[in-house]
Amino acid sequence: MAVLDAPRIVTSRLAYEDSHTLARYLATGGYAALRKALSLHPEQVAAEVDQASLLGRGGAGFPAGRKWSMLRPSEVAYLVVNGDESEPATFKDHLLVERDPHQLVEGVIIAAYALQVNRAFIYLRGEFALGLERVQAAVNEAYDHGALGRNVFGSGFSLDVVVHPGAGAYICGEETALLEGLEGKRGFPRIKPPFFPAAQGLYGEPTVVNNVETMSNLPWIVLNGGAAFAALGAGRSTGTRLFALAGRVNRPGVYEVEMVKNTFRDLIYDPAFGGGVPGDRPVKAFIPGGVSAPWFGPDQLDLPLGQDEVGAQGSMLGSGSVVVLDDTSCAVRAAWRITKFFSRESCGQCTPCREGSGWIERAMYRLEHGGGRVEDLDLLLDLCDNIAPGLTWPPQQTTICVLGPSIPSSVHAAIEMFKDEFLAHVETQGCPFD
Amino acid sequence: MSHLRVDLRQRAEELVALYPRPRSAMLPLLHLVQEQDGYVSPEGIDEVAELTGTTPADVRGTASFYDMFHLEPVGRYVVGVCTNIACLLAGGEELLAHAARHLDCAVGSTTDDGLFTLEETECLADCGHAPCVTVNHRYVRTTTAEAFDAMIDEVRSGRRDHEIPDHGTLVRVRRNGGLRVPDEVIAAERAAAKAARARRLEEAG
Amino acid sequence: MTETRTTVTVTVNGRAVAAAPGELLIDVAERAGTYIPRFCYHPRMEPVGVCRMCLVEVEGPRGATLQPACYQHVNDGMVVTTDSPKVKKAQEGVLEFLLANHPLDCPVCDKGGECPLQDQALTHGPGETRFVEEKRHFVKPIEIGPLVLLDRERCIQCARCTRFAAEVAGDTEIAFAGRGDQIEVAPSPEHPFTSVFSGNTVQICPVGALTATPYRFAARPWDLEQVESTCTQCAVGCRLAVQSSGNRLTRVLGVDSDPVNHGWLCDKGRFTLDAIDGHEGSRDPLDPSSRITSPLVRRDGTLVEATWGEALARAAELLGAARAHDGGVGVIGGAALTNESAYAWARVAREVLGTEHVDAQYGDGLDARRVLALPGATIDDACAARVVVTLCGDPREELPVLFLRLRGALARRGHDLVELAVGPSALHPLATVSIPVRPGEAHRVIDALADEGRAPADLALDEDARARARELLGDGEGVVVVAGRTNLAEDPAVVERALTRLAEALPRARFLVASRRGNVRGAIDAGLAPGLRPGRVLGAGGRDTLAQLAALREGAQRAVLVLGDLLGNVLDRAGAAAALERADVVAVTGHGGATLAHADVVLPAAVQHERTGTVTNLEGRVTAVVPKIVAPGAAWPDVAIAAELARALGAELAMDSVEDAARAYEVSTGYPALTVLLDATSEGRLAGSASAPAPRRPLDPMAFPGIRSAAWVGLGESAGDVAESAPPLAVPPLAAPALADLGPAPSPEVPGRDAYGLALRVAPRLYDHGVAVAGSPALAALVGPTEARLHPGDLDRLGLDTGGRLLVRGAGRTLELTVARDAQVPRGVLEVAFGALGDGGEDVNALADPDAVITQVKVEAR
Repeated sequence: MAVLDAPRIVTSRLAYEDSHTLARYLATGGYAALRKALSLHPEQVAAEVDQASLLGRGGAGFPAGRKWSMLRPSEVAYLVVNGDESEPATFKDHLLVERDPHQLVEGVIIAAYALQVNRAFIYLRGEFALGLERVQAAVNEAYDHGALGRNVFGSGFSLDVVVHPGAGAYICGEETALLEGLEGKRGFPRIKPPFFPAAQGLYGEPTVVNNVETMSNLPWIVLNGGAAFAALGAGRSTGTRLFALAGRVNRPGVYEVEMVKNTFRDLIYDPAFGGGVPGDRPVKAFIPGGVSAPWFGPDQLDLPLGQDEVGAQGSMLGSGSVVVLDDTSCAVRAAWRITKFFSRESCGQCTPCREGSGWIERAMYRLEHGGGRVEDLDLLLDLCDNIAPGLTWPPQQTTICVLGPSIPSSVHAAIEMFKDEFLAHVETQGCPFD
Repeated sequence: MSHLRVDLRQRAEELVALYPRPRSAMLPLLHLVQEQDGYVSPEGIDEVAELTGTTPADVRGTASFYDMFHLEPVGRYVVGVCTNIACLLAGGEELLAHAARHLDCAVGSTTDDGLFTLEETECLADCGHAPCVTVNHRYVRTTTAEAFDAMIDEVRSGRRDHEIPDHGTLVRVRRNGGLRVPDEVIAAERAAAKAARARRLEEAG
Repeated sequence: MTETRTTVTVTVNGRAVAAAPGELLIDVAERAGTYIPRFCYHPRMEPVGVCRMCLVEVEGPRGATLQPACYQHVNDGMVVTTDSPKVKKAQEGVLEFLLANHPLDCPVCDKGGECPLQDQALTHGPGETRFVEEKRHFVKPIEIGPLVLLDRERCIQCARCTRFAAEVAGDTEIAFAGRGDQIEVAPSPEHPFTSVFSGNTVQICPVGALTATPYRFAARPWDLEQVESTCTQCAVGCRLAVQSSGNRLTRVLGVDSDPVNHGWLCDKGRFTLDAIDGHEGSRDPLDPSSRITSPLVRRDGTLVEATWGEALARAAELLGAARAHDGGVGVIGGAALTNESAYAWARVAREVLGTEHVDAQYGDGLDARRVLALPGATIDDACAARVVVTLCGDPREELPVLFLRLRGALARRGHDLVELAVGPSALHPLATVSIPVRPGEAHRVIDALADEGRAPADLALDEDARARARELLGDGEGVVVVAGRTNLAEDPAVVERALTRLAEALPRARFLVASRRGNVRGAIDAGLAPGLRPGRVLGAGGRDTLAQLAALREGAQRAVLVLGDLLGNVLDRAGAAAALERADVVAVTGHGGATLAHADVVLPAAVQHERTGTVTNLEGRVTAVVPKIVAPGAAWPDVAIAAELARALGAELAMDSVEDAARAYEVSTGYPALTVLLDATSEGRLAGSASAPAPRRPLDPMAFPGIRSAAWVGLGESAGDVAESAPPLAVPPLAAPALADLGPAPSPEVPGRDAYGLALRVAPRLYDHGVAVAGSPALAALVGPTEARLHPGDLDRLGLDTGGRLLVRGAGRTLELTVARDAQVPRGVLEVAFGALGDGGEDVNALADPDAVITQVKVEAR
């Protein structure tokens, strides 16, 4: 049974039509957390976040507190918010920026104060036209309200926030590519080392890059304490988390779920969440954390929604998106479409990703649409191996960034789990599901 | 001579001033050019190069990296239909095929009247309303063929113009003023904070 | 290359290798004999690690992972495996991916036979392709610039060309466009790839994606033979590989010389080959695209072919007759010759013709004695300098690869540039301080920088800029001044005075004199300068070129021996033509040209890539030039012509070969001519410097693909290898004049500024009307439009904008010119390109008053 008694940490205002306005925000306790934070020393605020064990909500799941502690001391430092949400079937940040932009802005100010950073950029996905309007409006209101600009709420701390529009490139969700986009360049992920923007980020200066949802958790953590947050969930996976549920479910949508206490089955079937599969068809497979993640089968439905729990089973919670395939869904078509996505979104820097994604996509297309050969399966696995040697999890890679080793996830999983389906495609020279 | 209209040129200069380095304004400036010209025009590229201290080849190369920037003219309304995984499982391919038939225009091209350009998009992060359809980056949430046709009729007749402006993501995004915290204030605050932290550490022994 | 400090140990395939901390693994492994395959890495550019061909296993906290060797900075204890099955599979996988979409058009590809991708595929690639999909298609090839074609299907996205444009040349005229496997290299359609360095992108392209229009389908690599030599198009002295198929020059490629050109060339040096070969159909001796293939003697007013015996006899007759008159003979030119030729001619002038009137410069340089007396700096010194000062023309137009070196150093190291801005300069964007300097003011601006008091108001100096410049200059410690002639319509005394003052005010500063012409430094060292004997020895003064021309006009000098194209290079062409018309003229040249209209005897000479010898670049670095082809017809090397002419005049130079001349030069002066000629192990040596010669670097075949695949012949075949060093000769130390011996530089009398006029600046451009450009159709098409460049403030005052028309009156002539707005032109200045031609073919040089210190022009908008 789903555990539903956790507080709503980031979705508390969504019942209100005008949740995006300053008036509603203030009426529902908005900016109280900021005032409280400003009354504390910056390191006390950071300590609360550290205690909360707030894992980054962007995809990598790196603890926010630790990321903050890595910020290299410097005369100039930046905070950058990653709102370039583009992982397929991930739509939680979209909800937060459109429906509760002040919560995000308040989180940004709190983080900036804790980090003692005076300039922050909110990089929002360019396609979020309404989200850009709403976040910019919230920033404008925050300035007028005294929560931004010089001497925030009379605290002596000053902050400018700039809302930066992206322009349509999945790869800019990768934090170093995002920084390139923010520097006005092509979104080529930066080669490592340096490994962390906290040492060398925007313009080579120390920079903290945090996800929208991560930021949106901060007001609650400051008001209620890191311990209260850490009391939710279990192990390293504390608090609640937004899960974007899509695909073959009755109620696709974004749900705030207490971590670990609930399972994938709860998320997919509980009436409060997905409400089951249309026509009560069986779940054939599901993708637990965005299309970069290896797939799971029905026997993993009872896995708890926890970062380490999922990691131990060879996949990841990633971006918090769960895609459900039922027995009417073609695994080959699904894997082909995901590969097509990676092929279109590969930045093109590294040979294995640029050429490999296109090659795999074309071979998968043949399998799905006629022209497939039995030997294509071994060929595909070997091409995948040349991008992610050994096809292990977590993956090894021959590329600069993790888009490369994300390509094999679906193809490898689909061939491993549904080899017969592939062979049926070869047999019929087309898709048996058509 | 500025290619951008006077008001847009002013906005462009304000955008440049928001960033520590002018080049950072590249993407917003390209959005502005698209807002004026309907696409990223060669004249606009030259002006962005001048504003950002780069070259036309650099600006064009940068713009071409990002899907939202069109280097060739497009229709007044760019209709996007998503076929990525969530939408695929909800009939996105079928809706896209329907859209092509209904608009009588191949995917990736523009209707003869220059009104609509049809694009197959990647995930637009609205999977709760799959298959996802956008017009000029506004989510119209028409998940069925019938709803799609009705929406197109409304757009064609101009009845949706209040919610779907012509090109330009930033048309309705207006920053209220420039930066408020000058560099010297930042430097002073950082010095004071550093001193305060040192004091606290000392007091804490 | 500077000696690296070895302090860390890296284990490569189980073997301990010593390295400097922070060195790149790919270089460390290569030095230890382990060559790691690569495509995107180029030793002269920052690594980017994108092709992934150089993946090797590096031990780390999480076990061995695949890392790009080109992006791994070594540290102590690093353990690397380059030959494991995992590495092999990764590298073979990358190669297979690169070949997947690559067209199978090797048989018709210009790169075939010298293609790194082809080579790698043959050594490491799979026998058969597993790629059964449709390959990626693009329209091919497209012209991305006037000299470069792009075949996008062949491109492997290594970013070498785009990085070269952005990082090395500093002009991002090409960039990546598109994303993923649709990435392509592209210029902006409205702004093609016109960089004067465009050919370098072709040279470093590891596949056949970029090809040079002039070389396309010209030859196959296996038909090519090559020698290593030095470019003499300008005074940088870039090292290059000269390749020919049979006796026809086919291509030149830059050779990586560590102290000089780092493998880069400008397009003029690279693509002027047609001019050297000459236009076969052209026999007109007045046409610069003609080669002179036979001695010519003027008979009844017409130049007709003659035998060498006839021509030498006639030349001796004319010169001998003039010699009898006091001051009757002079020698002009020689800056394009080898050191040995210049030395031979200097001996002929002094010992045979008995004249001190010798000048290799055409009135376009600076006083040779003062130049040599300045404390010298090398290109490397300038690149390492804390502060670079420029008082010279645009280095990109005059000495292109010097610009590349300076730009690279300033951009990468963040050192300061104090620009004394006489006009537009490609270095301007890197200037910390830029101080506009108008014609006739350079010496006074230097005074204002040297002195503490207030600057004279009429200089209109920005006080902040002046203070910042003074602060940066200090006492000159760590300062290198790049100094050259700033304005051909200005008395060189202005810059000479400025430089002398600068040397006094900054006693620790050093100077890199940016003389422009090919071997002008070598010619001066060899004694082709008034007041200088061979080996930099101060001698009695003589007439310089302009004084000789005046003397010829006045009848005070009767004859002149011209070594080169005088009329094509002198500012006052009409005056020079009038002088030659009155004189007996013996011309020694390989090319036709206007000068020959006045010649009584023409002796055909071998030119660049046809001759042996040494040349000296602007730093004083002596390198060898090596012939690749045989001079056409009856042309001889200059040394032979000088020796035979001397004989005809009854003297014996004892120079029956270039080696004889080099030995004589070296033994009598200490100039390292023969040493360098016989030494193929070094990258040249600085004449008169105690420092050791720079040793030759090995060439990475991936960095210099076309060079490694052609066959070496003759002298200089050891590029990339190390050969036996030549035995040292017993030679005296080289002399050098001192500033103190020369006395103070005279202060020029500059007339007051005319409030209604503009001061004229005439500056050379790379693509001019000279032989190298005019004789090469590919380059001739690149000569820019004739325009007068003015500061926007001056244009606004005239009510004009770019494209407007302006009447310009100067030196009694009026020309109508198109104007261009240029914020880098100082206010009050009108700038034209040397030798540019007006609408009606009028020479803009004619606007300059050759006798004035500066020329002021009157202007009127049309």
